[in-house]
Amino acid sequence: MKNPGNLQLTTRGDREIVMTRDFNAPRTLVFDAFTKPELLKQWLLGPPGWTMPVCEIDLRVGGAYRYVWRQNSDGQEMGMGGVFREIAAPERVVTTEKFDEAWYPGEAVGTLVLVEHSGITTITQTLLYQSREARDAVLKSGMEKGVAASYDRLGDVLASQPETKQKGASQP
Amino acid sequence: MALDQLDMTFAALADPTRRAILARLANGEASVLELAEPFAMSQPAISKHLKVLERAGLISQGRDAQRRPRRLEAKPLAEATEWLERYRRIWEENFQRLDALLEQLQTAQPKPSEKNRKRTQKKGDHR
Repeated sequence: MKNPGNLQLTTRGDREIVMTRDFNAPRTLVFDAFTKPELLKQWLLGPPGWTMPVCEIDLRVGGAYRYVWRQNSDGQEMGMGGVFREIAAPERVVTTEKFDEAWYPGEAVGTLVLVEHSGITTITQTLLYQSREARDAVLKSGMEKGVAASYDRLGDVLASQPETKQKGASQP
Repeated sequence: MALDQLDMTFAALADPTRRAILARLANGEASVLELAEPFAMSQPAISKHLKVLERAGLISQGRDAQRRPRRLEAKPLAEATEWLERYRRIWEENFQRLDALLEQLQTAQPKPSEKNRKRTQKKGDHR
């Protein structure tokens, strides 16, 4: 079977993350999968071990959405939400987004564009952050866990790089 | 600290001219003059970009005192790529689940098109 996969992920300019990927399905269906809670809950889960107990979507311009993920092993939760700015089903949705305990300043604007060609739907998801620092903070976190966990992991990663020079910090 | 390093790396990579310079240096070291050649830019303008790249640790200067060739330093670039890759992997896991869901949905409600019928026979092929 054709593997539609192959996610292209790049940064654009200072403040954006751009993702492009093909799906082997008509555009209307892909649009539904991104905007209907009962579908979204089945795939937008992040790393293994996380579920999405809360997924509320008021799909109209100005309407709010709210997502909460939960790591079942330790009960850790992380929430995110925003409002719909533009909806043009099934080709375009613009939302604002902000994590409850955002580890980066400001909210982001997400633009999802869906294009169908010969039964294949190509999505382009753009996340525009308020600053380069915010964008980079998101990239660095890998969005794997909540804030604390992100920083823990960051600490691990930094600690595991023996050649890292600690500028101005006293070393053991 | 490594985080500052990473910030500088991302900042340095945000500019298309600087990315082009890095791409050129990936093919081997080059002098400022050689680097300026493909761009419609003055040498001082190129030197400015080179300084940003140098500060970010992405390039260094060679020994040859006359040519002062610049060369690529691979490690910071590899680290920045690693962050991107980590982030990419999480989304790819999401999207692979979405692949499976989309296929399942199309199997559940077959539409009268050939493509859909074909897909229904290929369940379980996704990862």
